[in-house]
Amino acid sequence: MAIRLEISPGCVTAFLEGEIDHHNAAALRVCIDEAVEQYRPETLRMDFGGVSFMDSSGVGLVMGRAGIMRVLGGRVEAVNLTPQAFKVMQLANLDRLAVIRQKARQRAPQRKEGQHESE
Amino acid sequence: MKANNTVKLEVESRSVNESFTRVVISSFAAQLDPTIEEINDIKTAVSEAVTNCIVHAYANRVGRIYITVSLYDDGLVKIKIRDKGCGIEDVKKAMEPLYTTAVGERAGLGFAVMESFMDRVKVHSKVGHGTSVILEKRIAGRDAAHG
Repeated sequence: MAIRLEISPGCVTAFLEGEIDHHNAAALRVCIDEAVEQYRPETLRMDFGGVSFMDSSGVGLVMGRAGIMRVLGGRVEAVNLTPQAFKVMQLANLDRLAVIRQKARQRAPQRKEGQHESE
Repeated sequence: MKANNTVKLEVESRSVNESFTRVVISSFAAQLDPTIEEINDIKTAVSEAVTNCIVHAYANRVGRIYITVSLYDDGLVKIKIRDKGCGIEDVKKAMEPLYTTAVGERAGLGFAVMESFMDRVKVHSKVGHGTSVILEKRIAGRDAAHG
């Protein structure tokens, strides 16, 4: 599991890589929370593009950060989710707490002809 | 119905073993020629069940987790994950989505994920004696996925 942070005005992006489970979620949490505490961004973007596996620990990670960002008046975006990770997120109705988006490349074949992306 | 092939695994309830366990079990199930999605479904469900043993059954101590995986001719994979931990007082309540007794950031989704990713989930538990979770999934396989 690895994490890389990118700081831009108003936004902290955490690029997550590898597997997210109960064992390694704690380290990610600490790293992200330190960055949020330091930079107080309006948006915390968690990029799951490099995540090869995720169980409900990933949901706990996003839910917890959404709680913190709500207190700070900001928001959380969980982006580049694989279909598997997206399915886990949806089980928790996470879209009520954060913006959740699947990987664009894998979402595309599911689109019907004539339909346009609405995001 | 008699299983075609069976493996038994016993691991200590250390969180570092979560990844090891799901990889071993899904590798064994790979004999049924599952799709990547089916393998991921099994991995995810197993990860939840094993995490429950670590976080709940053996909270604040290290116990043993007993796993049996059986493969059947018709593509059925049956995974039994058993602990000798604290047991669950109210199984029905424990299986409700977002319900959790754990402290920290557990989403309370373990059983919901297992039910969503597997065909069937059975839970037997006795307070003070332990819990058995049986996960079943019929693997349609890559042939079916490709028509």
